[in-house]
Amino acid sequence: MSLVVLKGVQKTYRLDAVEVPSLVDIDLTIRANCFTVISGPSGSGKTTLLNMIGCIDQPDRGQVTVAGEAVQAMSDDALSDFRARHIGFIFQTFNLLPVLTVYENVEYPLLLSRVRGRKRRARIRDLLEAVGLADKAANLPGQLSGGQRQRVAIARALAPAPQLVLADEPTANLDSHTGAEIIELMRRMQVEQAASFVFSSHDPQVLAAADDALAMRDGRIERSETVGRTAA
Amino acid sequence: MRRTWSLALRNLRRNRRRSLTTLTAMVIGAVTILVFGGYSRNITYSLQTSYVLRSGHLQIERKDYFLYGSGNPAAYGIPDYRRVIDVVERDPVLAPMLKVVTPTISLGGLAGNFAAGVSRTVVGTGVVVADQNRMRQWNDYRLPLKVGPIALTGTAEDSAVVGVGVARVLQLCRQLAVSDCPQQEQAEAEGVGIRAPDDIASLARQESQSAASGDKIRIELLAANVHGAPNVASLEVVKAEQQGFKELDDMYVGLHLSQAQRLVYGAASPAVTGVVVQLAHTSQLPLARARLEELLATTLNAEPLEVQDFTELNPFYGQAVGMFAAIFGFMAALIGAIVLFTVGNTLSMAVIERTTEIGTLRAMGLRRSGIRRLFVCEALLLGLIGGGAGLAAALGIAWIINQSGLTWLPPGQVDRIPLAVRLWGENMLMAGTAAGLVLVAVLSAWWPARAAGRMVIVDALRHV
Repeated sequence: MSLVVLKGVQKTYRLDAVEVPSLVDIDLTIRANCFTVISGPSGSGKTTLLNMIGCIDQPDRGQVTVAGEAVQAMSDDALSDFRARHIGFIFQTFNLLPVLTVYENVEYPLLLSRVRGRKRRARIRDLLEAVGLADKAANLPGQLSGGQRQRVAIARALAPAPQLVLADEPTANLDSHTGAEIIELMRRMQVEQAASFVFSSHDPQVLAAADDALAMRDGRIERSETVGRTAA
Repeated sequence: MRRTWSLALRNLRRNRRRSLTTLTAMVIGAVTILVFGGYSRNITYSLQTSYVLRSGHLQIERKDYFLYGSGNPAAYGIPDYRRVIDVVERDPVLAPMLKVVTPTISLGGLAGNFAAGVSRTVVGTGVVVADQNRMRQWNDYRLPLKVGPIALTGTAEDSAVVGVGVARVLQLCRQLAVSDCPQQEQAEAEGVGIRAPDDIASLARQESQSAASGDKIRIELLAANVHGAPNVASLEVVKAEQQGFKELDDMYVGLHLSQAQRLVYGAASPAVTGVVVQLAHTSQLPLARARLEELLATTLNAEPLEVQDFTELNPFYGQAVGMFAAIFGFMAALIGAIVLFTVGNTLSMAVIERTTEIGTLRAMGLRRSGIRRLFVCEALLLGLIGGGAGLAAALGIAWIINQSGLTWLPPGQVDRIPLAVRLWGENMLMAGTAAGLVLVAVLSAWWPARAAGRMVIVDALRHV
């Protein structure tokens, strides 16, 4: 089953008077409940592609369908609500809210999704236990290591039980050991939470964990292959 | 929403120094507005009280007396004033509001101290002493007043009180214990003494008067009677009294109503130039005035009468209040602009610093309005904290000023009065200032909040 479908997607950025094509005629399908990795050199269009899939950017041309919905037709508010319900984000620099505790950071997307009281608390507790940070719930992000912060970011991304989690270079700011732990955690969470994870990464560890691998160059998909298990 | 407030508060605490600087600016602004507002409010109440103590809230006069009749009681008198007073006091609408209703007469004349060979034009005011003493108890604003009975209390009918300025000009300083009389002191030091009258007849009259009056201080008050002929009353000056305003102090001669009426009307039927109405509270003025006008048009329409309130009778009051209101408005606008730009600058910097956070929140699904709300809440909190702290600081400063014992000399007055800031109990002033500050803070957040809400998510996430 396809969770994300891109048809003929094009995106061009303008830097002063120069037009820089970032995505060129992208046709892409991302399967549900899969671990998909997008690789490619810097400037190949990985992040732009993730932004399109994540509904935080719009193509100049083409169609983007996520979870069965044509997202381009949505208003900004509807798109915000759609992201809150269906998409989780994990950032290279973690992007936790520094004034909120670990607990509150995980809680925030649940508040946006209007998950109420007891159910919300149970969800946060389960996720923090799953990422091994139950004892750090009251800590601020500034009191955590890089690996711990990324674990919080994973818990936050998964909090509203999204169908799709996007991660832009999630291990780039971590050492190889911590990066491996994070990949293992994400893989486990992807299976447990029955979500699709889509990464952009150069990290061979990430590539090795992938079900599907996409290679990009100059805004085009150079290669697309199923390298791991087949989705259930 | 609870999380939005919590997030806003924490974001303010995140950059404590900047938030404190902004709050300090707001507190200084609030204190400036409130202290000046309290100060001008105190002046307004003091001025109003000084007028109401003397001449009540409202005065019923013969039509056009205020414009043309001043100093001409013969032409602009109210002959049937006792009926006017009776109707006013018995009126069921007015009665609960009344404190004092009393007749008064104002006359222009010439006061002379022939013993010293000096005279000056004066305005004589005839009053009912007991009523005036009751009027002096009025203190609607609970000011720290020390107003005793008028000096005519318990005196004979031919007694008079003069303003300190009149006493100086009539060279009665020593007799009436008036200080600051350099001309008289100089004359006495040079041995000039009391000037002899110009002719033998005057000298004889002076001698006979001195013998008759013993040590009494007497002046002669010359005024035109009802027939236009000059009439003279010999008055015993019992006291020289500060009148509050220099212009009045230099002209004032107070005397018993009956004496003033005899001077003007002689054996004819006595009249008055005004019926003074003092109300329990100034706030009752519009209602009382409307009712009086109704009575003058119906029950009391036999005579052409009109009613004036104390602001019309004393134009300086309105001018002073207007001036303070203009200064207050100017200050408030200036401080409002400073707060507007200070808070706006603080929030603009916060928006720039938190660009990545804004991108993250938007990516997570927070709507544009949610981002706007976040920054508006921060401004609202700044306004509430700044307004609250400013209010507390202003109350503290007002208390210190009020306890300091400082005095000042208001323009047009002769007495120094306590420097006071009237803030406690002035709920409209306090609430208005605090609410204004909050409103300005929220307004100042609008533009940065709008800019934050309109950020392109991917650009915000790329921000370093």
